[in-house]
Amino acid sequence: MQAACASSWDNLLAVIPGGSSVPVLPKSICDSVLMDFDSLKEVKSGLGTAAIIVMDKSTDIVKAIARLSKFYKHESCGQCTPCREGTGWMWRVMERLVTGDARVEEIDLLLEVTTEVEGHTICALGDAAAWPIQGLIRHFRGEIEDRIKRRAGSGSGVAA
Amino acid sequence: MPTVKVDGVELEVAPGTTVLQACEQAGKEIPRFCYHERLSIAGNCRMCLVEISPGPPKPAASCAMPCADKMEIKTDSPMVKKARRGVMEMLLINHPLDCPICDQGGECDLQDQALFYGFDRSRFAENKRAVKDKDFGPLIETNMTRCIHCTRCVRFATEVAGVEELGATGRGESMEIGTYVGNAITSEMSGNMIDLCPVGALTSKPFAFTARSWELRRTESIDVLDAVGSAIGVDARGAEVMRIQPRLNEDVNEEWLADKSRFAYDGLKRQRLDRPYVRDNGKLREASWEEAFDRIKNTISGLDGAAIGAIAGDMADVEAMCALKDLMGALGSPNMDCRQDGAKLEAGARASYVFNSSIAGIEDADAILLVGTNPRTEAPVLNARIRKRWLAGGCKIGVIGPDVDLTYRTTHVGTGPEALADLGAFGEVLQAAERPMIILGSGAVARADGAAILAATRALAQKVGAVGEGWNGFNFLQRAASRVGGLDIGFTPGAGGRDTAAIIAGARDGAIKAVWLLGADEIDMNGLGNAFVIYQGHHGDAGAHRADVILPGAAYTEKNATYVNTEGRVQRTKAAHFPLGEAKEDWAIVRAFSAVCGKALPYDSLDAVRARMGAINPVFNSVDALAETPWSEFGTPGDISAQPFAEVVENYYMTDPISRASVTMARCTDALLPGKKKATGTHG
Repeated sequence: MQAACASSWDNLLAVIPGGSSVPVLPKSICDSVLMDFDSLKEVKSGLGTAAIIVMDKSTDIVKAIARLSKFYKHESCGQCTPCREGTGWMWRVMERLVTGDARVEEIDLLLEVTTEVEGHTICALGDAAAWPIQGLIRHFRGEIEDRIKRRAGSGSGVAA
Repeated sequence: MPTVKVDGVELEVAPGTTVLQACEQAGKEIPRFCYHERLSIAGNCRMCLVEISPGPPKPAASCAMPCADKMEIKTDSPMVKKARRGVMEMLLINHPLDCPICDQGGECDLQDQALFYGFDRSRFAENKRAVKDKDFGPLIETNMTRCIHCTRCVRFATEVAGVEELGATGRGESMEIGTYVGNAITSEMSGNMIDLCPVGALTSKPFAFTARSWELRRTESIDVLDAVGSAIGVDARGAEVMRIQPRLNEDVNEEWLADKSRFAYDGLKRQRLDRPYVRDNGKLREASWEEAFDRIKNTISGLDGAAIGAIAGDMADVEAMCALKDLMGALGSPNMDCRQDGAKLEAGARASYVFNSSIAGIEDADAILLVGTNPRTEAPVLNARIRKRWLAGGCKIGVIGPDVDLTYRTTHVGTGPEALADLGAFGEVLQAAERPMIILGSGAVARADGAAILAATRALAQKVGAVGEGWNGFNFLQRAASRVGGLDIGFTPGAGGRDTAAIIAGARDGAIKAVWLLGADEIDMNGLGNAFVIYQGHHGDAGAHRADVILPGAAYTEKNATYVNTEGRVQRTKAAHFPLGEAKEDWAIVRAFSAVCGKALPYDSLDAVRARMGAINPVFNSVDALAETPWSEFGTPGDISAQPFAEVVENYYMTDPISRASVTMARCTDALLPGKKKATGTHG
């Protein structure tokens, strides 16, 4: 990966090391972590399907993860409760976080909702929908909070 | 036998037991929405999550997880509590907060479980989902926004009712339960979905907004609108039946109830006879009991016993028939009959008119032949039992009679009684079966050659080995709740007496001067000629229109009465409220009149009547239990006509005075049996 991206390593923002369904890793972790099962597990991510998504600094990371949430909401079959109801809830909150139309406490609420979906569903789609958001909040909480504060400061109103 | 530990308590469970069942055996309550004992396992509500070790570090759905040896199950660990709270929250985020206007309120699984396992507030700030309501027909009210997608209704329709008309469309949060094409559900068992629905998505349409569950007083009783004798709970408020629901009786109806039995109760409030009437100058007018009794006494006191006849209808209770039989005896009349359909059944041979193998016994049969019967319309709950047996596999079902959809696959053996002699390939199936079963319909013996058909069916049962040690597969499926009781009590012609047809013929030609109709409405009223007709019953139906004197009786929800179901099971109804107006319990009316005409019957309490019943036939001494019925000779071999067996129940929703008076049943007829509705000029 370093070889493939060597020309622009400083421009790296984050990497999702396993498809779209595992927690995102920021550059600071990518600098040193090895691409194997155990190492990624140590940094609370995983190899997943082993496809890699690399994002440079021009990426709106919140919007990127919100797009993944939309994908999982769309893919949910609707059979079991946590995924059917949870994917839609998580996506709607994510959409608001993209524009900062939320309260800071909602970040923790969202994190808790992901843990209510994770591990409680029939198949792994619930986990897959929860993990990208967990990764985002773990590593980019500051970015989300900034947006909320910026929007509140700009006078365009705070979410109810 | 696996040994498991539930919250530290060790117990041994049968192989194949699920974790949820093991927890229940250990006395631990596991919340659930989609799991139901009588339906297949779906595992989709996720409410029953428990912690299991060894296993992955996440909770497992206990309903779908079989017990393994040395499994340790935790039902109240922090992991389980968090899972339950999470699932509960997810269920509630899109569930409307309309409990105050929801009919399920007060008996709602979601309400109850939210109280015990949920949060105390909502954290959901987005808009709630709204779902368009579906049209499930005249019986089921839908509020699909309340649906939690447990799929119990879908599984019930597919598995138990045998109509694959319900399913889910869309996916994710757009998933909706519906009938695909927007048609009403064409099942005679559809009302059970209302009971199964854990939330207020499916509620009873006729019951909508009429009462709250906690205002109702429940009386445990027995249904009499067919001969199955399903256990019911009658919910009343004051002197009004508000709804009827099934009760659990594994031997009879499990926990199901047929739609007519469940929804025809509004017929109990219409067309009722609530005071005596007498006919003056061709018109009925209200009268007092004394006047009505005097009118009868004046007419019959001068008559010879042979000029009096009595016919009991389909919902007559045994007490009333016992009293009327004794009264007829006191008046010197042998002319009485409880078989108003003209069935050629004999009172003596009990094995000929009961469902010998018992309803639960259907599950032991390995080949079934239906003769001249459509159990789907004659006894839907029993039909569901046949379907259950068929689904279990290894049971072929043959039909002699109309080739109709019975909700399971059948082999059409023939259309008329001649097929009894030549079953073709199905004969080998019956012959090879270990426990063959023959179900003879009541319509098959209600024809001129009925006795011969009865004999031929008996011969067939013997031939294929349906009757033997420990197994009697000769089954008679009654349609009327009163029939077995009437035959048991001997409400049949005495020596030289007339049966139904002969009583009517006698009335027409003047030999019979007075006829006492005990709730008999299905006979040819025009054929009664100039005879003096006494109608004792609870509905202004055919009998009351013809009557010269009307004695208002009690409906089955208003009296403590004995009925014998088609199995020969003696069961008792309980009064949910007093009879309407001046109406009285039926046996008491007969007893009161016997005193007026100077032939007082020797009992004046319900217990005394029942003692008398027990003296006539000891089967009445054991209630709810099923007595062994000895096999005997019955039927009269003779000529059998080639006339095919006809469909006996033309309109399932209207078969008796109560269902004919029911608006709900009329709506069902309109919606579900369009063929029975008269076409308008605009119909192509």
